[in-house]
Amino acid sequence: MTTASPKIFNFHGGLYLDEHKSVSTSRRIETAPIPAMLVLPLSQHIGAAAKPCVAVGDTVLKGQLIAKADGRVSSQVHASSSGKVVAIEQRAVPHPSQLKAECIIIETDGRDIAIEQAQTGLANYHSLSTNELRQRIHDAGIVGLGGAGFPSHVKLKPNGHQVETLILNAAECEPYISCDDMLMREQAPAIINGLRIMQHALHAKNCMIGIEDNKVEAFIALQEALGQSDDIEIVRVPTRYPAGGERQLIYSLTGKQAPSQGRPLEIGIVCHNVGTAAAVHNAVTKAEPLISRVVTLTGSGIPQPRNMRVLIGTPIDDLLAHCHANKADIGRTMIGGPMMGFAIDATASPVTKTTNCILVTHQRDIQKPATALPCIRCGECADVCPMNLLPQQLYWYAHSQEFDHIQDYNLFDCIECGCCDVVCPSRIPLAQYFRFAKTAIWQQERDTEKSNKARQRHELRLERLEREKIEKRERHNRKKAALKKEPDQKEDPKKAAILAAMKRVQEKKSTTGITPGNTDNLSAEQQHKIDEANARRANLNKNNNKNGP
Amino acid sequence: MTTNTPQVPSSASVSRLMLHVGYALIPGTAAYVWLFGSGVLIQILLACVTAVISEGVILMLRKRPVLQTLADGSALLTAVLLALAISPIAPWWIIVLGTAFAIIFGKQLYGGIGYNPFNPAMLGYVMLLISFPLEMTLWPAAFSLLEHTPTLQTSIDVIFNSGLGIDTVSGATPLDAIKTQLGQGLDIPTTLISPRYGDLFGSLAGVGWEVVSIGFLLGGLYLLVTGRIAWQIPAAMLATLGILASVFYLIDSSRYISPLLHLFGGASMLGAFFIATDPVSAATTPRGRIYYGIGIGVFTFVIRTWGGYPEGLAFAVLLMNMAAPTIDHYTRPAVFGQRKG
Repeated sequence: MTTASPKIFNFHGGLYLDEHKSVSTSRRIETAPIPAMLVLPLSQHIGAAAKPCVAVGDTVLKGQLIAKADGRVSSQVHASSSGKVVAIEQRAVPHPSQLKAECIIIETDGRDIAIEQAQTGLANYHSLSTNELRQRIHDAGIVGLGGAGFPSHVKLKPNGHQVETLILNAAECEPYISCDDMLMREQAPAIINGLRIMQHALHAKNCMIGIEDNKVEAFIALQEALGQSDDIEIVRVPTRYPAGGERQLIYSLTGKQAPSQGRPLEIGIVCHNVGTAAAVHNAVTKAEPLISRVVTLTGSGIPQPRNMRVLIGTPIDDLLAHCHANKADIGRTMIGGPMMGFAIDATASPVTKTTNCILVTHQRDIQKPATALPCIRCGECADVCPMNLLPQQLYWYAHSQEFDHIQDYNLFDCIECGCCDVVCPSRIPLAQYFRFAKTAIWQQERDTEKSNKARQRHELRLERLEREKIEKRERHNRKKAALKKEPDQKEDPKKAAILAAMKRVQEKKSTTGITPGNTDNLSAEQQHKIDEANARRANLNKNNNKNGP
Repeated sequence: MTTNTPQVPSSASVSRLMLHVGYALIPGTAAYVWLFGSGVLIQILLACVTAVISEGVILMLRKRPVLQTLADGSALLTAVLLALAISPIAPWWIIVLGTAFAIIFGKQLYGGIGYNPFNPAMLGYVMLLISFPLEMTLWPAAFSLLEHTPTLQTSIDVIFNSGLGIDTVSGATPLDAIKTQLGQGLDIPTTLISPRYGDLFGSLAGVGWEVVSIGFLLGGLYLLVTGRIAWQIPAAMLATLGILASVFYLIDSSRYISPLLHLFGGASMLGAFFIATDPVSAATTPRGRIYYGIGIGVFTFVIRTWGGYPEGLAFAVLLMNMAAPTIDHYTRPAVFGQRKG
């Protein structure tokens, strides 16, 4: 039991926002019906998209693997219910870009027959090695359910680092969202067990749960689930947005700052979300893959806001219809909270593993976006920035598109929490400017890389041409040099021969006037050889005569 | 079409900010009117009309939205601050010229609100001070020092009628009196008890002026408490001015004026809370604002003490305006995660 209140480190800035959470926490988590169609995107996570391992026309069962993880940072996709694969095609998915993405479409048969999993659930996870645990988590297709969707098995690998503290992020700081809160109230033991499994996988020394102090019921439920054990410390943090930002929560609990542009693992800390812990528990103890999640359906466009356990792949339209949301009244549908979420036009998009909240605003509550006035450098934004940035300066450079300067002011440390927007008296959409600047810089870097490659190619070609030119010239020079030397030997010989011949003729004429015979002027040796030859010939003739007839 | 987050209602607005700064000016202005006559109100009115007309005309020429821009209230605030900075008995064309210059050259030609490197009101003030030193240095005396309490008609005559009857309402300001006397070789204790200037000094600073300063101080504290201005600038400026004045006062109280006179005489309070805190032309980093405030305090003291003008605040603000971008560059806070720990 945690009774003593540990020291809380206060992060810079932040905002006290209207919570709007209680509207969706008065009912228990409701199970959404099986939809007629399941739309399962191949990429519901950070990393490479999964590769389909079923074909159109295949019959699939609930929990059956339908797309395999492709590489280390990727995740499996399972059928959320039984039915038939009717298409594998591009469909609208919940993404800020509003672009379509490849999805497996399953026409459900309503029977919801589960597949026999190869592995069985294990109550005692200690019997598994950490690698086997990670493999199970990988096979279950678990990704970070807090919203980022990073494959959990990757985040459960210490990679040579000693993990000091495993932190369970139960802060859920964005307004309206209450899915983690409700999950903690109703499934605290599963979350605690999932957390212990993750601690085991990471060999983490300490384990902490960071929960905002507005979630009293959830806090009590966690404490009850923990009972007398003291292996996990539950810490209440002030309800100040963005208390649930990973870096902010780590700082609040430990006083340590995760390195800028680095990962918390580098300072021995790993952070996971409560929904992920529950999914890990299901995967290990029940051998259940991740095929459903809790989603908050809230906002003024939903008559009775609530939390629902929804099969992954359920079209948002089905959920809106189930909640009796009048489509004509809907002014805006957002995925996620009002601070960091994004609006979607296509409500046919499915719920994915990372869809924590569907925030529907009635059209009467849609405010016309305020006209932005020039920045007056009042610095309110810097006062509330939880990363201690200077948004007024970032804005200045984003506005003038001076992307070198904006990086000097640490643009890439911005977590896009949107605090600066809320306090800006000039109503400048600052976070939007920063997102734009980041995208533009990434694009620029890709272009630079492309042009670097092109330049390298070009330079190599120039080099090759130059080399060939030099070689050609050298060859030519060699030839030329050879030509220059040869004339002394080539042209002269004729003349020399003529001259020499003429000289010999003259000499002959002047001395004897008679051409000497072949056997004149013989040396002694030559004479000796001639004598020998003559002797042999004489001998041969003599023998021939003897043997002759 | 994309909808951008965050999507939470926000009540923050520039015009609201300016409005509250306006509210905060009320106590000081009320004291001013009460003790020095309604000339201030006439000047404020003239300044506001001039500001609206000059900003409106320039916005039309620049083809920018006129009403929406005027609604931010920044031009009106510049006008009011300039009107409070100049003498309430200055002729009408002084404030008209100064305000038009401040709005047109000090603000709009740089691109309007947010783009002006200098505090427009102080730019207008310094232009007037350099161009029209006589009109700019003739100040009213507090009512308590006058034989006859002037009426509204007196103020109107003085402002619109070529300074008719100005002798009946004008008097030396405390800082001015000391400067003049020191120039004639008379030390401060002598001035304080001299028959000509002795009555000028009250319990804190100049008679009348000290009350006006307290009024501005109260308004400034309201802005501080409600978080509408950054505490660093006024705190650093007033502390610097107070400390420098105290040190020199302790060294030689016959030649250096007291810290109280520095803080509550002249434009120190108005300057610290309402002029130096203009966010557009000030430093914007938390640490930078401290250096910025210190700089204004130092220059104000130096100009008042050794410069040619009795009041140095306007020059101090403009000098530090020039330094603000450099200060900001060198005082960037450590980003979360870049510190060790």
